[in-house]
Amino acid sequence: MGRPEPKPAADARLSALPDGTAGWLAEAREAARARARALGLPGRRDEYWRFTNPGPLVAAGAPGIADAAVAGDAEAFAGIDALRLVFRDGVFDAAASDAAALAGVEVVRLADAPRAGWARDLYGRLEAAGHLPVPRPLAAANTALAADGLLIRARTGAARPVMIVYRRSSGSSDGMLHHCVRLDAGARLTLVEAGTGAARLTTVTEVEVGEGAVFHHIRAQGPEEAPVAATHLFARLAARSEFRSFTLTANGRLTRNEAFVEIAGPGALAHLAGAALGDGAFHQDDTVFVRHAAEGCESRQVFKKVLRHGATGVFQGKIHVLPHAQKTDGYQISQALLLDEDAQFLAKPELEIYADDVKCSHGSTAGAIDATSLFYLRARGLPRAEAEALLVLAFLAEAVAEIAEPDLAAAVEALLDDWIGRHRG
Amino acid sequence: MLEINDLRVELEDGGKAILKGVDLTVKAGEVHAIMGPNGSGKSTLSYVLAGREGYVVTGGGATLDGDDLLAMEPEARAAAGLFLAFQYPVEIPGVGNMTFLRTALNAQRKARGEPEVSAAEFLRIVRDKARALAIDAEMLKRPVNVGFSGGEKKRNEILQMAVLEPRMCILDETDSGLDVDAMRLVAEGVNRLRDAGRGFLVITHYQRLLDHIRPDIVHIMADGRIVKTGGPGLALEVEQNGYADILAEVA
Repeated sequence: MGRPEPKPAADARLSALPDGTAGWLAEAREAARARARALGLPGRRDEYWRFTNPGPLVAAGAPGIADAAVAGDAEAFAGIDALRLVFRDGVFDAAASDAAALAGVEVVRLADAPRAGWARDLYGRLEAAGHLPVPRPLAAANTALAADGLLIRARTGAARPVMIVYRRSSGSSDGMLHHCVRLDAGARLTLVEAGTGAARLTTVTEVEVGEGAVFHHIRAQGPEEAPVAATHLFARLAARSEFRSFTLTANGRLTRNEAFVEIAGPGALAHLAGAALGDGAFHQDDTVFVRHAAEGCESRQVFKKVLRHGATGVFQGKIHVLPHAQKTDGYQISQALLLDEDAQFLAKPELEIYADDVKCSHGSTAGAIDATSLFYLRARGLPRAEAEALLVLAFLAEAVAEIAEPDLAAAVEALLDDWIGRHRG
Repeated sequence: MLEINDLRVELEDGGKAILKGVDLTVKAGEVHAIMGPNGSGKSTLSYVLAGREGYVVTGGGATLDGDDLLAMEPEARAAAGLFLAFQYPVEIPGVGNMTFLRTALNAQRKARGEPEVSAAEFLRIVRDKARALAIDAEMLKRPVNVGFSGGEKKRNEILQMAVLEPRMCILDETDSGLDVDAMRLVAEGVNRLRDAGRGFLVITHYQRLLDHIRPDIVHIMADGRIVKTGGPGLALEVEQNGYADILAEVA
């Protein structure tokens, strides 16, 4: 649990910080700048960076990849009725976005932070409290530096999801976005995120879920192969609230998805799930920390990865139960389906339990497609490739089942089908 | 229809000989039963015919309607009309029973150059056949064989057989693990499929199943060979006297 020694803040990005916006945001950025400088940058020797090389994420600039044709924009959730808010290369694209009008939901661009005084209590606050069990310096730097983002507040039940669409044109764009989401007591909101936002995209999303509120988050990363991304999800859950987050990572050269969820009120539920699909130059890392700080809460972590041709999957997950968090029901599963002998899965599943009346279980497996199942399907007439595709989908089903919205689940299944269809043989 | 000639098979792993020259011909419209003690090679015969990996054919062959069965992929054998009802049906979490069955049916139809069956038509086909096997909508919705009792799994195999309408059906110890009622359901399911164009090979340890599925011809298998062939009376003889007498007689 010990923090590593603060490193000298050598990164040019940090020294080249622009002056913050005026008002509370400037103060929050200033505090984050100090945090980031004290924390330094992640390195290979840090406990939670042993499996993933942070190099491309901390390098002075984005990796430099081919430009993308605007016409090539394909939307993962094209058929879903939602309030669409578009970012291109890390900058809000008002012309491409829907006019922000969704009853019960307030959406303010980060640049207009003074109009959203409520966000003062959120911006940088959950990030600052989320450097457990190890620091997350990329997140602190993001709080200090983020160029754009959205401040979203749901006061009641939102009739439609809010969808953030990420698009990329430039081959060298270095996007840094910071979103805050607050759900007032009893509110409901589904947040959808989709697309490749930049050649390198770093995001922080801070989510405050009020009493009895319901927050669902469905994210589709990819399908571009070359970009790199680091995302951080910080959430704090009040009593009897519900938090469900699902992430599909299809392709991407390097993707690090961190989540820190603090279950602060009794009777709350936190489910985090992920499906990752990688073929070739693919390194995907889920680093998930769920902290039970209240009684009678349930948490689930369900992470599945399908890997081939040298692709690497990483899972680092912890269920941390504080002494007073009795009656905790915690579950964690991380599994990889290795489609050939070149793929690898690195897992670090952890339980840290200080309460004595809890139910917690975890498991982690890596294996190939089951030969008996494959024969059974083929003996019924399914060609090998089709049988394998069906078994890959079946392997991912437990993660996809965490998506509560049938239309979004169907859209994710279509994306999975499409990926599997393109990566056969 | 199904012709097996001097089929010799050994295990890929270790090279142990399992089938030591099996000869068997099943004509369309016939029901053959194969009985035999444990380890005689009955299940291996069914697996080799269906195309399971792990076996090496060292001699002889098998044809279905004249086509070299052993040269075909398992899916091609299925499309050609061969069906194996598994002794241990496989549980496949995450794949719905209906999705599985429809994918299988359409894959076979596609392989034969027939049009695919629409979702609505498929539902109609399955509903009728499922009802006859006392398989309810809930079972159809669940993942393939997951949480099914032994009897439910075997009924599910027969449902697949009824929907896929194979020409040559091999039942590998379909009676194992069945209670009397389940056995009756399974046997009725099989009997409904009996017709002049379809052949059956029923592998079993016991006479009991053959009370319900009346075979035309009974074979006794021992040590990798068919050692005796006879009429239905042969099964009764086994039931009354065990295998020892027969094996002694042919030895």
